[in-house]
Amino acid sequence: MCGIVGLIHLNGSSNVGGEMTSMLQSLKHRGPDSTGYAVYGEANPGDYIMRLKVAEAEDMNRGRGIHDVLEERIAKVDAILAEHDAKVSVKDRVRPYALRYVLSHDGDTGEMAEHIEEVEDVEILSLGNGLELIKDLGDAADVAGAYGLNDFTGTHGIGHTRMATESDVDIKSAHPYWAFPYNDVAVVHNGQITNYWIMRREMERKGHRFMSNCDSELLAVYVAHDLANGVTLEDSLRKSIQEIDGVFTYLVATKDQLGMAKDTMAAKPLVLYESDNLIAMASEEVAIRSILPQEIDTYDPYDEEVRVWQA
Amino acid sequence: MASVSDSDLKDLTQEERVKALGMTTDQLTGRSMYIEFDPEATERFAYPWAPDVDFNQRTELDCDGLTATEVNERMRDLMRDGFGTIVIKNPRGMHSIGVGILNKLNLIIEGSTGYFAVGLIDGPNVRINGRVGWSCGENMMAGTVVIEKNAGSTFGAAIRGGDLVCKGSVGSRTGIDMKGGTIIVGGDTGALSGFMMQRGRMVVCGSAGKNLGDSMYDGTIYVGGEIQSFGVDAVEAELTDLDKAWLTRKLTQYGLMPEKGVDHFTKVVAGKQLWNYDNLEPSEKKLIL
Repeated sequence: MCGIVGLIHLNGSSNVGGEMTSMLQSLKHRGPDSTGYAVYGEANPGDYIMRLKVAEAEDMNRGRGIHDVLEERIAKVDAILAEHDAKVSVKDRVRPYALRYVLSHDGDTGEMAEHIEEVEDVEILSLGNGLELIKDLGDAADVAGAYGLNDFTGTHGIGHTRMATESDVDIKSAHPYWAFPYNDVAVVHNGQITNYWIMRREMERKGHRFMSNCDSELLAVYVAHDLANGVTLEDSLRKSIQEIDGVFTYLVATKDQLGMAKDTMAAKPLVLYESDNLIAMASEEVAIRSILPQEIDTYDPYDEEVRVWQA
Repeated sequence: MASVSDSDLKDLTQEERVKALGMTTDQLTGRSMYIEFDPEATERFAYPWAPDVDFNQRTELDCDGLTATEVNERMRDLMRDGFGTIVIKNPRGMHSIGVGILNKLNLIIEGSTGYFAVGLIDGPNVRINGRVGWSCGENMMAGTVVIEKNAGSTFGAAIRGGDLVCKGSVGSRTGIDMKGGTIIVGGDTGALSGFMMQRGRMVVCGSAGKNLGDSMYDGTIYVGGEIQSFGVDAVEAELTDLDKAWLTRKLTQYGLMPEKGVDHFTKVVAGKQLWNYDNLEPSEKKLIL
């Protein structure tokens, strides 16, 4: 089933981490397997924030030796960062297998990201100037607590509670997906894409890499490919509805935008609230009400509806 | 069966072939045409176990801190205590509020609900001051439900009786598989509204999305605004004086009568040209087609 949420503050920052935790926790019944956040904070100009994992959560049960393996992987990542002249100002080991770096880098971040992912079982969850992508097993309260998200300040974010269906219960199959290697683009999705393999092969022929077999990753790659080729987010979302088959509702966030798209059948839910200061959306109204308890006006976007908001 | 050669059959029309093969030529009207429910009887019907409530006994029920199950159980307790008017406070998008109420009741929900609000009801009069999520009034048998704001998708799915009214706009697949009753939408409705509709009437004062009335067996849809496209086997029919009188009465009753009247409404019915209106079994079809 899965649940998706998105919110964007139009006039400055707010506690998007706490707000999204509240929204996602109220959608726990739609998917308790994993929870993910793509939140956009206020990074210093020139700084990149990189979130990565060096193992799956379940790998930590493979005996004491796993810790040495992880140390080796992290050392390799650090060496690659040094090779690329990246200057690391912050390095947090948030969980044994999850790290957060703040770094400055003048070179090609895409090439650097590709080199880092050559290290076995290392996956960059996000890399950008504003985006921080956090995902792990468990519900929103678990993930927010473990990663310190309840006080995260930012302008916008998207999130996901996952009920695994066509791929495994692990972090690499959890949402959101970062659109590797394009900075600051992330996607969450509720639905099934029926021409996934056709579209994936098309994207792979264009040189894109896929880290999972989850159909939602295709949406991130698809949109990022368009954005990199000068297509606006709105046009890309409209195009995707015609080219991607299936039933889906998905949200895309960039450094300063939040967009939504609904398929031709409108078979997957989304409830939308709009005001002068805040746009909030979720699979179910109960999520929006968790942060806006007062009486508000909401509506369901129709089939093939696309909307984009600017932070 | 009469003895007819293949070559003889080839020269006959389909109707003649059917007759020659000893099959019925009666016009098949579909299962939905059988009278299964007498609207007059359902109005008077009361379940033997239904509590005897008094509309003048009024109480409030605050949803804060309660689960949907607890809210519904407390409502039942209140009805058993004779309360005939219950006001629900602070629902805040809660799912499945007011489902399965099978007795007379004035239910007022002050706020918005989530999925499946007042589904499976048979008799209560409900007013919801906010918005409702997906599948509001699903399988409703009798009573009235009036929603002041918008509604989600599958509004009134499989409804069999009563009036289900949304004064705002609704999502997609409104009245999917409806088997009776009336759905009224003050605003617009989304794609595939009236999909596989079998009986009843749907009124959309605004516009309708694509594939309106797709594969409808029977029933009638009235649309006041634009229709993005007709679904398979949905056709436009003449808006008669009887239609106009009924529309005027119903829309006036719920305060939704358009200023310009109802003459501009488009009436949509089933064309009844789909395969299911053929009265032959598949094996029989193979023989004659």
